[in-house]
Amino acid sequence: MPSSASDHAAPGPAASGPAGPRPAPDLAVVGAGPAGLAAAVTAAGLGLRVVLLDAGERPGGQYYRHPAPGLGADRPEALHHGWAAFASREAALRAHEEAGRITYLPAHHVWTVVPDGPAWTLHAVAGPEEAAATLRARAVLLATGSYERQLPFPGWTLPGVVGAGGAQAMLKSGLVLPGKRVVVAGSGPLLLAVAGSLAAAGARVPAVVEAAAYGGYVGHVPALLRNPGKLAEAATYGSALLRRHIRLLTRHAVTAAHGTDRVEAVTVARLDRDWRPVPGTARRIPCDALAVGHGLVPQLELATGLGCATRRSADGAAALALDAEQRTSVPGIWSAGETGGVGGAQLALLEGEIAARAVAGRPVPAALAGRRARLRAFAEAMGAAHRPGAGWTDWLREDTDVCRCEEVPAGRIREAVADLGARDARTVKLLTRAGMGWCQGRMCGPAVAALAGEDPAPDRRPLSCPVPLRHLAELPPADG
Amino acid sequence: MSRTPRTLVGGGPSATYVLRFDGRELTAQAGQSIAAVLWGAGILAWRTTRERGAPRGAFCGIGSCYDCLVTVNGRPNQRACLVPARPGDTVTTQEGTGHAELGV
Ligand code: FES
Repeated sequence: MPSSASDHAAPGPAASGPAGPRPAPDLAVVGAGPAGLAAAVTAAGLGLRVVLLDAGERPGGQYYRHPAPGLGADRPEALHHGWAAFASREAALRAHEEAGRITYLPAHHVWTVVPDGPAWTLHAVAGPEEAAATLRARAVLLATGSYERQLPFPGWTLPGVVGAGGAQAMLKSGLVLPGKRVVVAGSGPLLLAVAGSLAAAGARVPAVVEAAAYGGYVGHVPALLRNPGKLAEAATYGSALLRRHIRLLTRHAVTAAHGTDRVEAVTVARLDRDWRPVPGTARRIPCDALAVGHGLVPQLELATGLGCATRRSADGAAALALDAEQRTSVPGIWSAGETGGVGGAQLALLEGEIAARAVAGRPVPAALAGRRARLRAFAEAMGAAHRPGAGWTDWLREDTDVCRCEEVPAGRIREAVADLGARDARTVKLLTRAGMGWCQGRMCGPAVAALAGEDPAPDRRPLSCPVPLRHLAELPPADG
Repeated sequence: MSRTPRTLVGGGPSATYVLRFDGRELTAQAGQSIAAVLWGAGILAWRTTRERGAPRGAFCGIGSCYDCLVTVNGRPNQRACLVPARPGDTVTTQEGTGHAELGV
């Protein structure tokens, strides 16, 4: 979607407001993580006028999350892998902002995107005051990333049990640790990175507990061999664990956390092929924190709200169906990064660039397309290896809370399924209130779906973040 | 010397200031969220749940689980992992819905 030369000279567009209407920019990018940031700077470099909106206060998303300037970190890169890739794009972002080609709107949480004639209207909640912000754009690129998949277990609501990604995020942004002796557990490559950074920051990590068997990769040797960079990355993490004497237990899971006011120990058990705990293998590991997570799930509310088609990725999660140039099934809506299936930062950066070129009407060089295909194949192999086995629900007790917000125990959900005939997460939700609380099922969604005996459905939340009622009241009536 | 997050990244905060948590004085570093200040002081729980009064604190660390809700300067239901700590803030444990004082 090339724009005319005169457009380029125009001052950068801004959210509409008292200043009145301005010409709609060519592209709105939602999310300033690796995919969105790469897309925005690439598009601006190709002459498009871009608005980049992000819920965070600083660019980088969760992956390149870093301390606020006030914290005065001399070496933020010490907490990161591939920091240079971020630093160069951030510099490009600032230069494009200066030149008026990118309008960067941090602390803007986009909660809906609606068609608006030949363009799109985005509604956001802005800043701590939760002001309403509305803007139009001719094309939209959704780079909304992913969130952590959690599988409940007895004791997972105890203070000191934190998301693996959460522990990483708090460390990267606030330079703090949840405890001194932190077990890292769950599934997926993120665990190795989390264990490495917690240990580098001074925590003792008695064990990394991985539910999958790394042998799961064996069936995917070609995808692995075509990605030597990824193998090197894995080796780096592996040797970091060795150096710090961190034990890696594969095919094991934390099946309970113990303590009264906070976690004091965890039970770790061996799993069978289906992730069912093997009787007689349980043992306790003392700790004062547990960082746990079972991989990442694409965050799709904005896309599914627009009607974008989804596919089932190898790890069982719903992801957006995208073509080779990152188009969704809805013309004018593009997406890049984790929304198309969780694949990591390198892939996200690449897809952001591809999407931006395609939006600008430029061909995608074969080299980029080839790299994308290789990294996608690797991501699918990884996803298949770490896909949760059906037997994990065996470690739930009847009184284990599945929904943290509404405190709905597994027993009530099983009752809804067995006695009341619920066949899907939606019906379970209506019968038990699981997923109806503050987080809108972000934490319990995959678990509830598993208990209801279905594959997780794509996210469907009418609003992607809490929206003050006054903003809804101010919306013009929908015309479709 | 034992390793800490600070020894890893080097440097120092541009300012430190005091905030109060349930009457206790805690030191905040400029740029930290309220949850980070609490974790830094070894505090992991600052809320009790509506149904069972169970203790909770930060879980997802990125604003999506709402487990870290807290009352900041009298305003309930603030996500501690997102709200930046400011000098002189008064943070109080939030019980139940956080609406007890509001009578709703
Ligand atoms: S820790 Fe999850 S919202 Fe703050």
